[in-house]
Amino acid sequence: MSRFIAPWTLRSYGILGINRRNSRYIARYNPRRLFPLVDNKLKTKLTVHPAGIPTPAPIGTVAEQSQVAGLSNLLEGHAGFAIKPSKGSGGKGIIVVTGRDGDEFIKASGARLTISDLRRDVSNILAGLYSLGGKPDVAIIEELIHADPRFDRFTVEGVPDIRVIVCRGFPVMAMMRLATHASDGKANLHQGAVGVGLDMATGRALNAVQFGQTVTQHPDTGQRLDELEVPDWDALLLMAARCYEVTGLGYLGTDIVIDRDKGPQLLELNARPGLAIQVANGAGLLPRLRRIDDLSDAELSAPAEERVRLSQSWFGSVEQTVQS
Amino acid sequence: MRRPSDLALPGLVTLLLLIGTALVLHRHWVYEVPLIYGETQTVWSLEARIEFTADGGPVKVSMARPAEQSDFTILRQSGASPGYGLNFIEGADPRAEWTVRAASGAQELYYQVDVLESDNWSGNNFPAPKIVSPDWQDPYRTAVLTVLEGAYNTSSDNFSFARELIKRFNQTDAPQHIRLLRRAFNGRMPNLMADILNEAQVPATVVYGLELEDGRRRQLLTPLLRVWQGGKSQIFRVSDSPDEELPLLLWEQRGAPVLDVIGGRDSRIRFSMIRREESTYSALTEHTDTGQSLLNFSIHSLPVEEQAMFKTILLLPVGALVVCILRILVGLRTSGTFMPVLFAVAFMQTSLGTGIVGFVLVVACGLFIRSYLSRLNLLLVARISAVIVTVIAIISLFSVLSYKLGMTEGLKIMFFPMVILAWTIERMSILWEEEGGKEVLIQGGGSLLTAALAYWAMQNPVVQHLTFNFMGVQFIIVGLIVMLGAYAGYRLSELRRFASFRQR
Ligand SMILES: Nc1ncnc2c1ncn2[C@@H]1O[C@H](COP(=O)(O)OP(=O)(O)O)[C@@H](O)[C@H]1O
Ligand SMILES: [Mg+2]
Repeated sequence: MSRFIAPWTLRSYGILGINRRNSRYIARYNPRRLFPLVDNKLKTKLTVHPAGIPTPAPIGTVAEQSQVAGLSNLLEGHAGFAIKPSKGSGGKGIIVVTGRDGDEFIKASGARLTISDLRRDVSNILAGLYSLGGKPDVAIIEELIHADPRFDRFTVEGVPDIRVIVCRGFPVMAMMRLATHASDGKANLHQGAVGVGLDMATGRALNAVQFGQTVTQHPDTGQRLDELEVPDWDALLLMAARCYEVTGLGYLGTDIVIDRDKGPQLLELNARPGLAIQVANGAGLLPRLRRIDDLSDAELSAPAEERVRLSQSWFGSVEQTVQS
Repeated sequence: MRRPSDLALPGLVTLLLLIGTALVLHRHWVYEVPLIYGETQTVWSLEARIEFTADGGPVKVSMARPAEQSDFTILRQSGASPGYGLNFIEGADPRAEWTVRAASGAQELYYQVDVLESDNWSGNNFPAPKIVSPDWQDPYRTAVLTVLEGAYNTSSDNFSFARELIKRFNQTDAPQHIRLLRRAFNGRMPNLMADILNEAQVPATVVYGLELEDGRRRQLLTPLLRVWQGGKSQIFRVSDSPDEELPLLLWEQRGAPVLDVIGGRDSRIRFSMIRREESTYSALTEHTDTGQSLLNFSIHSLPVEEQAMFKTILLLPVGALVVCILRILVGLRTSGTFMPVLFAVAFMQTSLGTGIVGFVLVVACGLFIRSYLSRLNLLLVARISAVIVTVIAIISLFSVLSYKLGMTEGLKIMFFPMVILAWTIERMSILWEEEGGKEVLIQGGGSLLTAALAYWAMQNPVVQHLTFNFMGVQFIIVGLIVMLGAYAGYRLSELRRFASFRQR
């Protein structure tokens, strides 16, 4: 029985399961009509832009099959860029190009692609291959994010991103996802990225996992992961917290990347954030979420700065054990 | 913080379960439908549907109807036919006769009969019919005489004679003269054999029977050979691959035409059938539930053909329940949420083993071909269409191949839902490209496991008996599904996924 854990043990750790997440948090705090806002990255960009939340600069979009032929003109003069489906998820259909060599495009991993590979990807995106329910989609092409050099030894072939779960405007848990060779330059956990749980108070590493197993070093670079510290931590949490007001979604996963030159940028929002963050943190979400459930209206209407401060005091490393 | 639905939900579930149980008990007590499968007798509802085009003048339709026989007792019968007069002619040769003064255009007549499987019949046999000596044309005459002589010499009485004859006509490497006859009398083999027997002064005729299999629709009668010896007679199946296990009801026993239409043309007759379990009491007391009361709302008031269809439809909720359990309680990943249920329905036609082998074969071949298609940079819609055509080609190929190899089981692969298979292949091939073969195995295996479990639940005779006979069961199923929908605990898969918390 060593491969299973008893449900009551799991409960005592306060682990949130999929069923409870769906019925108690997503169904209760996320009105259905707001989903398209986050399920469509183009809409997300347009929604958060007026509020002053920065996102990677768009190069262009492709909405019709007839425009696919003109892809090379669109990419003219851009050495690095990312192509992604507007309604995609889980890193599917995303191609991150970091440079060019003659007619060829070079991916973060060093693999080479031709323009027709890119065209096929765009054409698949438009046909709805990667979108929810196979609906026709739009391909977004945006500028390449350059990883902050402070993360150089923590990530290979891709930018790390920081996932913050925000419940009713309060950031409750965070982790950093480090790209690995296995994850092909994308920081999606099930594709093999390393997840590092972060201390809400300081932005320092707590614990790290890859494919659900605890790791202490980056599998490609050997860098010790407990030395990881996210710069500008408070500003980053503030940005995440503000996504609540902008979208109205009460249970939100925000994905933020830190660009070498432009600082934190919002990559995408997620209305059904995954549960792996708990494994990365070695802690369950439930006690923290319960605390938010019980907040009074006055506390809930506090400004974003105040909410971040409260969250940090509640959920930071000197966290008091909350009875579940 | 409690939402209103937190309170409404247990109420709804209780209500559904109560209504369901009440309906079930009502049907059990008032209509004596047994709850447990087994303490019952098998009743077959059979429906003959006659179609023809009337010429405009008077019409008279005469149809043979089944008489009491050794394995079946006739319980009740009725006919439906707007505007027609209907007469049941009793006697040794029972028939149903519809008559009308004037009719034109397409006509439909129905005859419905319930028969009880029972073996306590001691009626007397039909007397042998008169022997009519046919006259043979020449190339056939010598052939007939040759078979006749061979069969006669290797038999001892009329019955073994008939058996020898049938054996000769069905052997695979038949000699020249048999092949000649087979070709010339293709489709009329029973008549040919009856004629040959008559030629040898053995009383024989062609009669018609119905093979009974639950849920069959648009079925035809099977021609059979009936041979007499003294006062006794025996029935022989003529075709070489008869489903021997199926019960056989003799629809027409004397060699008279099954259907005779005067004043119309293009007539044909088709049969639908359905099996029910009834308590001995209600079956024998002609306790027909003609269902005027709303409480006895049951699909048994529908025509048999529609009932047969409903039998499968009413099982789908069971499949859905299985899917709910596997996804919500176990956390199994499948490709497509309810696709496994559709495959389970297909498995019910093919049998589980054949179904799974067929599924794996078709999907594996499909994935192989799809991997080639992906290199052509086709648009999605065109690619799926191409995969659909491929799936059809693969299925045809397998059917022909298995038939040639003598595995008639393989033919059943045709029952697979092809468009859904094509989508499954497309999804799996994307999955393969995106997440690798492991995920394909996980989801494919999950789908198959779900389909197999859904199949297991849906083909269970107890489950079939309950869903078909008790509408209340549907309420209970919905109640359970709603209950599952509110389950907020852990899934079995999460006990695995979060197992690393044990060491902390
Ligand atoms: N503009 C970009 N520059 C560099 N890498 C990117 C860019 N956009 C996305 N990525 C990489 O791809 C991953 C997935 O992108 P994201 O927008 O979160 O899509 P998804 O919804 O599929 O997860 C990111 O975690 C990041 O590593
Ligand atoms: Mg993402």
